[in-house]
Amino acid sequence: MAKLNVNGRTIEVEVEGDTPLLWVLREQLNLTGTKYGCGIAQCGACTVHVDGAATRSCSMPVSAFDENQKIVTIEGLSPDSSHPIQQAWLALDVPQCGFCQPGMIMAAAALVAATPRPTEAQIREEITNICRCGTYNRVIAGIQRATTGPGAAG
Amino acid sequence: MNAITKPRRRAVLGATLGAFTFGFHIPKASAQTAAAAAPTSPEVNAWVVVKPDDTVVIRIARSEMGQGTLTGLAQLVAEELECDWAKVTTEYPTPGQNLARGRVWGNMSTGGSRGIRESHEYVRKGGAAARMMLVQAAANAWRVPAGECTAAASVITHMPTRRTVTYGQVAEAAGRLSAPALAEVPLKASTDWKIAGQPVPRLDTRAKLNGSQVYGMDLKLPGMVNAAIRACPVFGGKVRAVDSTAAERMPGVKRVLRVGDYAVAVVADTWWRAKTALDAVTITWDEGEHATASSASFAEVMRAGLDAPQAAVGNQAGDARAAIAAAPRKVEAIYGVPHQNHACMEVMNATAVWTPERCEVWTPTQNGEAAHAAAAEAAGLPPARCEVHKIHLGGGFGRRGAVHDWVRQVVDLAKQMPGTPVKLLWTREEDMGQGRYHPVTMCKLTAGLDAQGNLSGLHMRISGQSIVAGIFPQNIRDGRDPVVFQGLNNAGGEADIGYGIPNLLIDHAMRNPHVPPGFWRGVNLNQNAIYLECFMDELAHAAGKDPLEFRRALMANYPKHLAVLNAVAARAGWGTPAPDVGGQRVFRGLCQTHGFGSYVAACAEVSVSDAGALKIHRIVAATDPGYAVNPQQITAQVEGSFVYGLSAALYGSCTVKDGRIEQTNFDSYPVMRMDAMPKVEAILMPSGGFWGGVGEPTIAVAAPAVLNAIFAATGKRIRQLPLQDADLRRT
Repeated sequence: MAKLNVNGRTIEVEVEGDTPLLWVLREQLNLTGTKYGCGIAQCGACTVHVDGAATRSCSMPVSAFDENQKIVTIEGLSPDSSHPIQQAWLALDVPQCGFCQPGMIMAAAALVAATPRPTEAQIREEITNICRCGTYNRVIAGIQRATTGPGAAG
Repeated sequence: MNAITKPRRRAVLGATLGAFTFGFHIPKASAQTAAAAAPTSPEVNAWVVVKPDDTVVIRIARSEMGQGTLTGLAQLVAEELECDWAKVTTEYPTPGQNLARGRVWGNMSTGGSRGIRESHEYVRKGGAAARMMLVQAAANAWRVPAGECTAAASVITHMPTRRTVTYGQVAEAAGRLSAPALAEVPLKASTDWKIAGQPVPRLDTRAKLNGSQVYGMDLKLPGMVNAAIRACPVFGGKVRAVDSTAAERMPGVKRVLRVGDYAVAVVADTWWRAKTALDAVTITWDEGEHATASSASFAEVMRAGLDAPQAAVGNQAGDARAAIAAAPRKVEAIYGVPHQNHACMEVMNATAVWTPERCEVWTPTQNGEAAHAAAAEAAGLPPARCEVHKIHLGGGFGRRGAVHDWVRQVVDLAKQMPGTPVKLLWTREEDMGQGRYHPVTMCKLTAGLDAQGNLSGLHMRISGQSIVAGIFPQNIRDGRDPVVFQGLNNAGGEADIGYGIPNLLIDHAMRNPHVPPGFWRGVNLNQNAIYLECFMDELAHAAGKDPLEFRRALMANYPKHLAVLNAVAARAGWGTPAPDVGGQRVFRGLCQTHGFGSYVAACAEVSVSDAGALKIHRIVAATDPGYAVNPQQITAQVEGSFVYGLSAALYGSCTVKDGRIEQTNFDSYPVMRMDAMPKVEAILMPSGGFWGGVGEPTIAVAAPAVLNAIFAATGKRIRQLPLQDADLRRT
């Protein structure tokens, strides 16, 4: 049994404690926007926010969490895709296949929350998620648009 | 009235993501197929459905895997349909429906960058024919000649009286009309395009921003169970014995099953429990005859092929051997490219339900028809009793096209649990070890230079693996694989060499290891461009000539090849020094090639530190695809192709030891991340008159441009990839 706070709701799940948070989100809570890519915290497709920090959920056992930690998934980032990162992604058509993008968007949203005006060098250093389609340049442009362009986060 | 509009699986629709309930996730395509079921949503023809509210549903036969073909094909249909682009949606017809309707949607295969270039004509005619039928239906209602009516933005106007009617109001009547003969359906000139040719936003972006896009991995059916699988790590090996005692006692485990004679799967209530239990299964393998094979042992076989007397000829002019023997100056080099894994972000997966009467599969596939054939074969049922529901792919790159091993696996599992939906999801480790790998090859290039430094003869001997021999062996004739010479042909085709070389011999000594090959984004163009374009650079330096001028002298009869090369040279500032970056001197490398019908070239700018650290700063890439259907998506493809091509050049290598692939995940098989990503300036220069693909060609120019720039920076020729194995310190 684990008690979690996910997307603003406290919920209880019946699951082995060593189950990674990723699989609790996907299989117990039906929040499949968070993706499995590697299972060893290499690719970032499973990125969620834990108290605002980008966290790779595939390598964190659910037993490491309690209801006091606020977990936010891609489904909970904004109610209507209105987060400045999502809006910038829409304006620039960032996703290709889109599979890595929930993790990419969550990583980017955490970055701009911590660093409201990241430099290009900071973006390149901080966002280590893998995209095999190769959206990196539009991801950089998207973060810059979200933080300095029209409708910037702040 | 036809298979696609039959109501089906309506019962499992309606789940919402984000709800904390066990729901059912059905991909959009299926949802839309079902939604199109209402009899008030008539099909005008196979390509176009217009709903009473004027929503236009355009059927897309090819698969969307990120390359934007869904949007591009819809643009082409919409252009001729003259519909309101703001009301366009799309759906996939299923392979079963295609079979039942005499392949009315044509080829569903989505590879070789051919989504648009091989279907542009019939999809445009489909849109145009639907428009003609809608106009005719309106004219009939008004009792006026159709010639007095015009159509624009889904509104038909009777010009003399200015009466109007929308497509949605006449669609049902239009669907009852007989279709015009396609030969008599005129198409617009590209100069009249309003939707095609425009950088319109993709139709599938919104769902990719909030987690609502359903991939195969996300699928959920009522009563579904989950499977994790492990196949023999040595290709061709078999299961000898299985001890599943411990696994069967673990929570949630339902069955431990064999798949064919080569794999074991655990089926459980959740995938994580299945995967955990699979780790507790002890499998003893019969590793078979390849248990001791290694990359080193195969390299010896390939090296022998470089000088073997027997080889299949791909391109020949004059007498290359004699010209080289007679030349005052001879240049020789040996290059090599290793196996590589596609490493799609979404690992292989599929869901299947089997009963003695019927088998249905849901899977991300690049080729619905091939998936359907594989499912039917594995199901032991006639194809008409099987169906495949295509789902957007989390990457394809060729892995999900020709071979549907994972579909056969899931059907095998579903067959052992009749009536129960089974979802099979591979681990990343399984995906790395059970790939269909980019073929391993080597190439020996020998050339003669005359007294003036002109190229008088060239022999390219390719030795190594044939994809066609591994996948479509029936297409090998007299030991010759025609695809292996991609980019080296001289037949006025889709992948020509672009140089007039008086004495030329390009041949292939086929040497196939036991590691199964696959079509890997860019296919054989990738290594062929490395071999030829790096060697051209070597020859230019040996002749004491500028690499651009050396190439130009050979390209007089290849104006389109030359145009893209000139374009990147001009944009990059070839011939002038590149500005330093961070105190490091920056050097350039050039290359060009022709593949998948498009002409491409690149100029790379790199620096190499004293410690040998490579930094790729900028890529200028030019593409002439003939026609450009969505320029902003072509730019996205070009940018992305450099991530794929440079990932391969920098890091990509699957090595074999003890018969198995050594790399297991992204820690041992690194790929490019954002910190290594160069700026990419894409030059799009469509010259018209032909249709080329854009998903792959520029991958091939990524590595040679960078390798040539590395030589300019260091004086070192790197002839064996990946670059991470090379010492780049200046000598």
